[in-house]
Amino acid sequence: MDFGFTEEQRMVQEMAKSFAEKEIAPYVEQDEENHYYRREILSKMGEMGLLGWSMPEEYGGNGMGWMEAVTALYEIAKVHTSWRLSISGNCWGPAMTILEYGTDEQKKKFIPPLLSGEAVGSFAMTEANSGSDVGSMKMFAEDKGSHYVLNGSKMWISGGHTSDIGLVYVCTEEGGGPKGLSCFIIDYNNTEGIERIPINKKVGMWSAPTSELVFENAQVPKENLLGPVNKGFPICMWMLNNTRMGCATGAAALSAAALEGSVAYANERTQFGQPIGKFQLVQAQIAEMKLEDDAALQLVYRAAWLKQNKMPSQQQTSMAKLYSCKAAVNAANIAMKVYGSYGYSDEYPCGRWLRDAKQFETLEGTSNIHTTIVAGIELGYQPNR
Amino acid sequence: MNIVVLLKQTFDTEAKIVISGGKVDPTGVTLVINPYDEFAIEEALTLKEAQGEGSEITVVTAGGDVAEQALRTALAMGCDKSILVSDEALDGADEWAAAEAVAAALKDVEYDIIFAGRIAVDDASGQVAVRVAEALGIPSVSSILKFETDGTVATVTREIDGGNEIIEVPLPAMLTAQKGLNEPRLPNMMGIMKAKSKPLEKKDLAAVGKAAGDVAAKFVIDSVSLPTPREAGTILKGEAAETAPELVRLLHEEAKVI
Repeated sequence: MDFGFTEEQRMVQEMAKSFAEKEIAPYVEQDEENHYYRREILSKMGEMGLLGWSMPEEYGGNGMGWMEAVTALYEIAKVHTSWRLSISGNCWGPAMTILEYGTDEQKKKFIPPLLSGEAVGSFAMTEANSGSDVGSMKMFAEDKGSHYVLNGSKMWISGGHTSDIGLVYVCTEEGGGPKGLSCFIIDYNNTEGIERIPINKKVGMWSAPTSELVFENAQVPKENLLGPVNKGFPICMWMLNNTRMGCATGAAALSAAALEGSVAYANERTQFGQPIGKFQLVQAQIAEMKLEDDAALQLVYRAAWLKQNKMPSQQQTSMAKLYSCKAAVNAANIAMKVYGSYGYSDEYPCGRWLRDAKQFETLEGTSNIHTTIVAGIELGYQPNR
Repeated sequence: MNIVVLLKQTFDTEAKIVISGGKVDPTGVTLVINPYDEFAIEEALTLKEAQGEGSEITVVTAGGDVAEQALRTALAMGCDKSILVSDEALDGADEWAAAEAVAAALKDVEYDIIFAGRIAVDDASGQVAVRVAEALGIPSVSSILKFETDGTVATVTREIDGGNEIIEVPLPAMLTAQKGLNEPRLPNMMGIMKAKSKPLEKKDLAAVGKAAGDVAAKFVIDSVSLPTPREAGTILKGEAAETAPELVRLLHEEAKVI
C-alpha cells in the first residue's frame, strides 16, 4: 500500500494549485458578487490539459487517469467550488460517456472540443417532477424515421444555457421507466426549438450557471443517439458513477478550504490575550474538521484508485460522495463559528463555503440515495459495479 | 542553439521557517523552483521557441536527491534534459563550492547562452551564477529585464538608478533574470507526461572531475536566526483632532520619520 504521490501526481498537484491561484483566485470575489461564469477559465483549463482525464490522446486526452484527475480537481475546487463542475461537465460527463458508448463518428466529432475547452459540456436528467427517481422522467423523443423530435423540459441543469454540447436523457417508449430511456447528444448551437433559461436565484454556486431547458419540437438527427435506443438508463447510471467523483472531490476540497481558513484565523485572532486556537473548545472544532476532511479525502482517493484500476467502485464512490458532503457541510458550519462575527460578513469566505456546501447533499444523487446505494450493495440487494 | 539554465530548489515562499539545531529545518516544507529561476526557464523556453528546430535546453542544479523534483518540473515546463550534481561532499556547500561544482558539470555541455535567476529567495546571496560565469571565463550581465539576440550577440536591458541601461554582450554569456523579464508558464499535462522520459543525469563530484577537497566551503555559518517579530502597533484613542498632536509627536520623536 502506498499513500505517497508519484512524481507525475506531485507535479499535477503543484500545477493545478498554481493554476487555481493564478487563473481563478483573482476573480472569485467579483464573480461571486456578479453571479458570473467566466468562460475563459474553461478555455485555459483545456489548454493546460485539465479537461482530458482518462481519455485517449487521439481525442485530446492528457494520458493521465483518475488519481491525477481528483488531485487536480481538489486543488481547483479548494479555491472556488463553482469550478469543480468543469471537469464533470466536460470530461467525466459527456466526453467519457461518448467514449464508452459512442460511434467512431460521435467520438471524433464531439470529444476533442470538450477536452480542449473549445466547447462547454453538460448533461441533463432532472425534470421538475423527476429527481432521484430518474426513471420517472417525462420528456419524450419521438422517432420520425430520419430524426427524433424532442419535447419536454429539464430542470437544475448545470451549465445548461452555457453549454455547446450536452447529453440529454429522455423517454423513447410511452410510459418511459428505466427500460424506456435513451441518451441523445445535443449540439445546442445548431438545434432549433430549445429555450435555455438561466436559474439565477439559488443558494450557492454563484459562478456556475444552472438552467432550465425547454424543448419544443427540437429535431435531433438519428446519428446523435448515444448507444442503443432504450438503453439510456444504464448509460446514465454508468455516467453518474463517474461524475459523482466531481461532487465527492469538490466536497472534500471545500472542507479542506474551510479547515485551512479556520486554522489561519484561529492562529491570528486573539481573545483573552491569546490566539483563539489555544482554547480547547476551538481545538475540538479544528480536530473535528481535520478528522472528517482527512477521512473524506482518503475515501475520494480510494474510489479514484478503484476506477483507475477498472475495479467495481459504485459503493466506494457513493461512500466518498456521501461522507465528503457531510464533511463539507460540517466544516463550513464550524468555520462560521470559528470566524465568529467576521464569518457572517462578506469579508471572509465562510458564507460562500456554507452556501456551496449545501449543493453537494442534493446534486447527482441526494445523500439519501447514496445511503441506499451503500446499504443496498452491502446487504447484497445489488452488485457493486 | 544550446541553452543552459541554472536552477536552485528553494523553500516555498509561503513556508513557515523553523530553526532547529542552528539550521533551517526542512521537515515538511514544500520545495519549489526558486522563483527567479522560473524567469530564467521561461526566457530559455521563449528563446528556444523563437529559434525553432535544433535548439535544446539543458537545466542544471546541485543538491540532494530531492532536487530531482525541481528538475522534473523544469522538464515538464519544456526543458529538454537535465543534470543534477549531487554529492555528500556538497552538503553545506557555500556559493563558491556550488559554483565550482556546477561549472565543472558544464565543462562537458555545449552552450551558447546560460540563464539563471538573479538571486535565490532562500539565502539571497546572488553569487552562484556570476561565479559560474567567472569559472567558465564568459561574460555575465545580472538582473536583466529584457533580452534579444541575433545568435552571436545578446542585447539586454537592466534597470539602473533613475533609468535603464542597454548592454550588448557577445555570446556565450551568463544572463541572470530579474522579476519582470517575463511571466513564467505552468507546465501543462502533456509536459508533465513527457517529463518522465526526458534525460535526468545524476553526477557526483568525481563524474565532473572534482574531489571533495576541491569544493571545501570557504566560509562557515556561525548562527542562523529568525527576524524579530513585528511588534503590535499603537492605537491612539479619541477624536482625530485630539489625537493628531500626539500622532505627530510619536512620528517625530519615536518613529523619527518626520
